[in-house]
Amino acid sequence: MKSSVIIFPGSNCDRDMDVALKKFGFKNKMVWHNETSVPKSDLIVLPGGFSYGDYLRCGSIASKSKIINSVIEFANKGGLVIGVCNGFQILIETGLVAGALLRNKYLKFICKNIYVKANKVKNKYFHKIKKDILELHIAHNDGNYFCSKDDLNFLQDNDLIACKYCDINGEVSENSNPNGSIENIAGVFNKNKNILGMMPHPERVIDNCLSSNDGSYFFENLLSNMR
Amino acid sequence: MIKVNEKIAIEHGLKKDEYKKICELLKRTPNITELGIFSAMWNEHCSYKSSKIHLKKLNTKSDKVIQGPGENAGVIDIGDNDAIVFKIESHNHPSFIEPYQGAATGVGGILRDVFTMGARPIANLNSIHFGSPSNKKTKNLLRGVVQGIGGYGNCIGVPTIAGQTSFDESYNGNILVNAMTLGLVKKNKIFYSKAAGLNKPVIYVGSKTGRDGIHGASMASAKFDDKIEEKKPTVQVGDPFTEKLLLEACLELMKDDSIIAIQDMGAAGLTSSSVEMASKGKLGIELFLDKVPCREENMTPYEIMLSESQERMLIVLENGKEKKAKEIFDKWNLDFSIIGKTTNSKNIELYFNNENVANIPIDFLSEQAPQYDRKWKKSKTPQKIKFKKKDFKKLKITEALKKIISSPNICSKEWIWEQYDHTVMGDTIQKPGGDAGVVRVHGTEKAVAASVDSSAAYCYAHPLSGGKQIVCETWRNLISVGSKPIAITNCLNFGNPEKPENMGEFVECVEGLNEASKYLNFPVVSGNVSFYNETKDKGIKPTPTIGGVGIIKNYKDMVTMDLKNIGNLILVVGKTEGNLDQSIFAKEILNEKKGPPPDVNLFNEKNNGEAIMKLIENKLILSAHDVSLGGIITGITKMCIKGNKGIKFYKLKGLIDKFEYFFSEDQGRYIIEIKKESLEKVKEILDKNSNHYDLLGEVVKDSVIIDGEPTLQVDKLREYNKSWLIKYMVN
Repeated sequence: MKSSVIIFPGSNCDRDMDVALKKFGFKNKMVWHNETSVPKSDLIVLPGGFSYGDYLRCGSIASKSKIINSVIEFANKGGLVIGVCNGFQILIETGLVAGALLRNKYLKFICKNIYVKANKVKNKYFHKIKKDILELHIAHNDGNYFCSKDDLNFLQDNDLIACKYCDINGEVSENSNPNGSIENIAGVFNKNKNILGMMPHPERVIDNCLSSNDGSYFFENLLSNMR
Repeated sequence: MIKVNEKIAIEHGLKKDEYKKICELLKRTPNITELGIFSAMWNEHCSYKSSKIHLKKLNTKSDKVIQGPGENAGVIDIGDNDAIVFKIESHNHPSFIEPYQGAATGVGGILRDVFTMGARPIANLNSIHFGSPSNKKTKNLLRGVVQGIGGYGNCIGVPTIAGQTSFDESYNGNILVNAMTLGLVKKNKIFYSKAAGLNKPVIYVGSKTGRDGIHGASMASAKFDDKIEEKKPTVQVGDPFTEKLLLEACLELMKDDSIIAIQDMGAAGLTSSSVEMASKGKLGIELFLDKVPCREENMTPYEIMLSESQERMLIVLENGKEKKAKEIFDKWNLDFSIIGKTTNSKNIELYFNNENVANIPIDFLSEQAPQYDRKWKKSKTPQKIKFKKKDFKKLKITEALKKIISSPNICSKEWIWEQYDHTVMGDTIQKPGGDAGVVRVHGTEKAVAASVDSSAAYCYAHPLSGGKQIVCETWRNLISVGSKPIAITNCLNFGNPEKPENMGEFVECVEGLNEASKYLNFPVVSGNVSFYNETKDKGIKPTPTIGGVGIIKNYKDMVTMDLKNIGNLILVVGKTEGNLDQSIFAKEILNEKKGPPPDVNLFNEKNNGEAIMKLIENKLILSAHDVSLGGIITGITKMCIKGNKGIKFYKLKGLIDKFEYFFSEDQGRYIIEIKKESLEKVKEILDKNSNHYDLLGEVVKDSVIIDGEPTLQVDKLREYNKSWLIKYMVN
């Protein structure tokens, strides 16, 4: 399977994502933001970081970058697109997924392991995943997911909430919500479930010597669903 | 143009006789630009004029040292053509004035020092010290500094893997912010700051120059008074995004051999970078200041030379490489300008609108800069305190423990390091909160451990032992995570060198740290001195900070401090004498702040450290932690909290009082967890090596059990340990 990771100036998880994708068997290419087309890919990833410094609203400048039109085109044709952390913020700014990411509830950057409960229904990302309560890692300042009542209804009615913050037993509650996200939302799909935006970083937890190994389940499962 | 006189020179921070010397050297009165350049190069921060004669004595060599002090950072060999570049630096004064930007640009500055040498930064650390928690400024300073460090490091994408935070009233008016960076480079691709060759283009890259930070280096060499708020405009503003671009652009340009010399524009900006490169190459340099990219209009040569705008580099390039280099900086949207060339004049010659605006022999600014052998006073060893054993009778160990683990200097600093991205780059295998942070050497089996330490209370009580103690503590921290300690960097934070007491603290601390560094073959490869840490004539406690680096051959052999399995045995390696002077117990429980710090016996320190390394090599140790502040009981409690396990202490043997045993901060000790069946093998190794050890107890489920004391639940202890800082910051 071929993947492409887009590098914006200020991206800083691009290498980590490249390492993770290759580790699990993707043939990955790095694509510079000034390009106008993405090489033939089965998956496009928008990595974490601080694209263009995030000096305006996070992700907003990246959503107007040269490369982004071809990403949108690819996504609209049903191509698989993942945005992690800043990548999620960029997806929101392009309008490919619904909602907004506000400043964390306690106004602090948070870097720690969290658990998410994955939505396994009808999507390439979590369907058949061997573990549905995953210990992943977050590192962000603006990950407090918010959306309008209508959007939330739409997400819920169409089963588009991709993953929710929970505790080790899968309990979704205020206590397991690290950043104030509405309904503990950690990630969402677009309507066709080919696009996934999420705050947690699966690429940082892909080895037993790291803070968790549960990211491995995510990548292995995705690859096997894509085949 | 302003006419220079003695009064103006003094306003620039120069002394009367220094100004006189400038006029004599030049055989004329300097113009204002030249005076600015002299004041920047001759101030304490750039010239090390009070410290140089003492720093020369430092132990700086070993078979692992590739580059010692004198470059942008030190470099050590870690095998397989890999090298680690590292350094620590202070940003104390700016951080007190404007905590967010001061701390942020401290991180930015040290990162540049490391990638200037061709290394990709792989880890950040910091050592930060604040006034008493009850001081009304402390909370906001702490919040600002933490956000500043995070704001910069998180954005540029370098993990912050370890650190240290302390509170002491001596920092009420002068906090300390010391930042350290480690970078990874191939041994044959290290870049230096020594210019070479005539008529080579001098290139300016990075951000544009503004009026920010003018005289920053002079401010760092001045003491604080009531008017400190007026200094705000001299604090630089950081832009981590531009630094990220600069990092990537520089590393891209460094792939081939275009660069002859490179130097970041840190303190004293364009002045010190150009002078240092020329001075090291014994060359002259000619700069055309109208070619410097400026962010503000009508900047004068004086302002351009003294600006401390961040995220800028000066490069001496090979002829003919200009076009290719420009393409790289264009790609990353950074300014690129050829602003001058190297010459054989041995002078720095500046031109502005075709007019010569300064012409100074480089030698006057570097070699001829003043050097002082300042008066210093030898400190006295304080009298030992005679603690009354009958006072202890009223106390409970468990009550004292609760109080100690929730005290400001011992409590968990999770609230701080959770705000630092410590996992970006995907190689962090030991996060903050342990004895040392550890990152894998990307794509290899090796790992690098790093720790920062300082103990101002010990140094204040007795500078010589204090200096030794910190080096030993760093060495122990590195050993405790399973690494072999290789080298250190130091950040020497002291009061006013013109006062013999403060100068004495400096001289003796340096002597102490040098003695330990020599004995342990743990050389100093880089560092920085920060003097004049005083407010209204009151100096801080002497606070030398040591940053140490160690190597783990195979990252899978790393050791952590969390207790692993019920039924395992706990040993203390190293002898407990029971000295309580200067201990946290004496201060927090007995309210006794006097007395000498614990003795440092370098033989025991080395012998015990080597024994632990051997035990780890033989895979006999399951967890380890060095004994430091708060003594054995505090150390073991932290191991319990991390591992979510408890300990049942065996009955103490010997004559020593139990409070002295549990709370003394005697040096050279480690707590280790081993399997029951390993005991004989462990004993054999320790006996053969003549190490003292005590069998302390065994790992149990979830509580700390001491004979004759109420049982403590580990969950409760965690709560005590964690809650103080959160409550303090939230309320």
